[in-house]
Amino acid sequence: MTAALRQSLSACPACTATPLADAVAAQTHVPEASITLSLPTIHCAACISKVETGLNRHPGVVSARVNLTLKRVQIEATPNTSEEALAAYVETLGYEAHELDADALSATATDKAGRELLMRLAVAGFASMNVMLLSVAVWSGATDATRDLFHWISAAISLPAIAFAGQPFFRNAWSALRVRRLNMDVPITLAILLALGTSLWETALSGHHAYFDAALTLTFFLLAGRYLDHRTRAVARSAAEELTALEVPRATRLKDGVEEQVTLAELSVGDLILVRPGGRMPVDGIIAEGISELDRSLLTGETLPVTAEPGQSVSAGEVNLTGPLTLRASAVGRDTSLHRMADLVAIAESGRSRYTSLAEQAAKLYAPGVHILSALAFVGWYVATFDMRTALNIAAAVLIITCPCALGLAVPAVTTAASGRLFRKGLLIKHETALERLAEVDTIIFDKTGTLTTGALEVLNAESLPKKEFSLAMGLAQGSSHPLAKAIVTAGQSAGIRPAELTGVEEVPGYGTRAHWNGQEVRLGRAHWTGGVPGDQTATFLKAGDGPVRRIEFKDQLRPDAKDSIGALHQAGYQIHLLSGDSTPAVQALAGQLGITQWDAEALPADKAHLVQSMAQKGQRVLMIGDGLNDTAALRAAHVSISPASALDAARVASDIVLLGSDLNPISVACTTARAATRRIRENFAIATLYNVIAVPLAIAGLATPLIAALAMSSSSITVSLNALRLKSR
Amino acid sequence: MNILAYLIPISLCLGGLGLAFFVYTVRTNQYDDPEGDAHRILSGDYDKSPRN
Repeated sequence: MTAALRQSLSACPACTATPLADAVAAQTHVPEASITLSLPTIHCAACISKVETGLNRHPGVVSARVNLTLKRVQIEATPNTSEEALAAYVETLGYEAHELDADALSATATDKAGRELLMRLAVAGFASMNVMLLSVAVWSGATDATRDLFHWISAAISLPAIAFAGQPFFRNAWSALRVRRLNMDVPITLAILLALGTSLWETALSGHHAYFDAALTLTFFLLAGRYLDHRTRAVARSAAEELTALEVPRATRLKDGVEEQVTLAELSVGDLILVRPGGRMPVDGIIAEGISELDRSLLTGETLPVTAEPGQSVSAGEVNLTGPLTLRASAVGRDTSLHRMADLVAIAESGRSRYTSLAEQAAKLYAPGVHILSALAFVGWYVATFDMRTALNIAAAVLIITCPCALGLAVPAVTTAASGRLFRKGLLIKHETALERLAEVDTIIFDKTGTLTTGALEVLNAESLPKKEFSLAMGLAQGSSHPLAKAIVTAGQSAGIRPAELTGVEEVPGYGTRAHWNGQEVRLGRAHWTGGVPGDQTATFLKAGDGPVRRIEFKDQLRPDAKDSIGALHQAGYQIHLLSGDSTPAVQALAGQLGITQWDAEALPADKAHLVQSMAQKGQRVLMIGDGLNDTAALRAAHVSISPASALDAARVASDIVLLGSDLNPISVACTTARAATRRIRENFAIATLYNVIAVPLAIAGLATPLIAALAMSSSSITVSLNALRLKSR
Repeated sequence: MNILAYLIPISLCLGGLGLAFFVYTVRTNQYDDPEGDAHRILSGDYDKSPRN
């Protein structure tokens, strides 16, 4: 996209949208920075024009263009305009805006492969229509010189058209043959080439039958299948990339006491890096300054925050909670523990690579079958008649009629319909065989933190606290952005409690908040700071003056509908397993609440992967659902895997399906849809076979004409596509 | 049948024109934002060409 935009700008400088933008461009004459923002809430014509005119009025913007399909705006800005400033500016226009990392988006920037396929599809369509027109004239009785003329014109159209449009098949077939293997493209290529060859020969001898139209329609239908397939995956890929691009890899580096924003690639060992509360550690390092708490749940599954003090080492991926921290980097980029763990996962054999897709299975049966059949027909007729021409014609007819037009559409038509349906339900199908694998699943393993729970916390014992003290706790909690403090405020608001009026609220990073109330000091925070007794539950403590120390307990907040979803999956007959790195009481409580009988707590990343592998060895097909780095190995090892959109990038990359929304209901929908889709694919194979069973004897008997071939081919392709569409309507 | 000598080239030319036009639309990125284009027609702003 970026490149295309630049190109068109430079190719046609006058085309810039507004006069103002023209003026700016003319004044500056410096290379423009290209910025992409994600605008998840835009939806109408008014939104487009509001964002575009608003941005074009901004002095730092040369031009802006909204893409409503992708819900993004592409901005050409002057080099000193920052992404944050523009995002904030769009927010003032009334639309939610997020920066997108240009590097992560580059892969879908120009959908070159898609365009190429579309072009070939168009050429094949154009040529097949014209040739079909001529063929219909021949079938309806053109004879002698007219027929020959029509055949020659058809040849003149077909040969260049197929030479261009058929290239994807030729290329694939060649790469398969080179390593002495057969794939679906080998019979396709052979059929197309043989059809062209014999037709040309027939035409030269002014014969009756030419298969130019068949060769072209075959190419057209197969390209349509390929294009559908490509579109489905391109949509999923660009949505997945957008998730990655939302995490802009930038860090604040302290250089001689001055803060500067740099990309992660620019960081080096020994740099001082500032991480603000709420920020994620960009590197491995040692805390040089500052006291805070760290959330390690994405790495280990622990929900309890840990204290962070100078001298302590931290790993990339941990989230800083309360106070600003200054780190001295000890490992950056690919050397961080986060990356090393992700790399380790990449080496492990994945469930997806062990799987042979239905299309591959069909090709394995089909490709040798048609070759043998066609060869036998050739030999048979040659022995019977000693006529090379007849024998070759019949062999070609057999290949064309059995040609996998419908087989080529059978899988992509269904996956397109199913993926589209699931996308609207909030699921992103990233891998092409993910649906087929999902249909085979019998065991589902859930991770706890971040998957079954939202990662946010809720107050467990809100009722047992006296109202007055709760309002004190709320007043104190308002002064902090710590997750526990936020949970207290939310709980209080839903119980209708007003926060107490406090003076001098102060957050002590790593300990808690304190304030003055009626001349007494009140504190909310860690056990040893307030005089409480620490337990194994996540808890914080309130001390009001001389009063008793109150314990406020927390538990992970369940995702909405988690209980219903688990119930639905239980009912559908799946074995459900809970697997977490968190402490035993927390996991036990959650398992009991959800009615899950099989659970494992305090599992290390390797334990998780081992459990999945041992289940696979017992013949179980495992669906792993997890979000943390500690789940990635298990996600890879599982037969098929799902991760929520909030997961770490590494986990999303490792999984086949991404869950976009916050509730878990789509999972059971996905399971049923996957089963239905696989059923449709098998039905489609059956339909395609049925057509072959009827048409092949005709071809072998030498009764097939180009007209019969065309009819069989089109009607089977249309039946298969219609069968796939049935999936969408339900 | 001499009419064929005119009709066939004409039909091929017309089809080819359609194809050339389609190629032009693909080359100028007109399929990148189908949803946005559907909405843009409703807005009063003058919009020269899709450029992203």
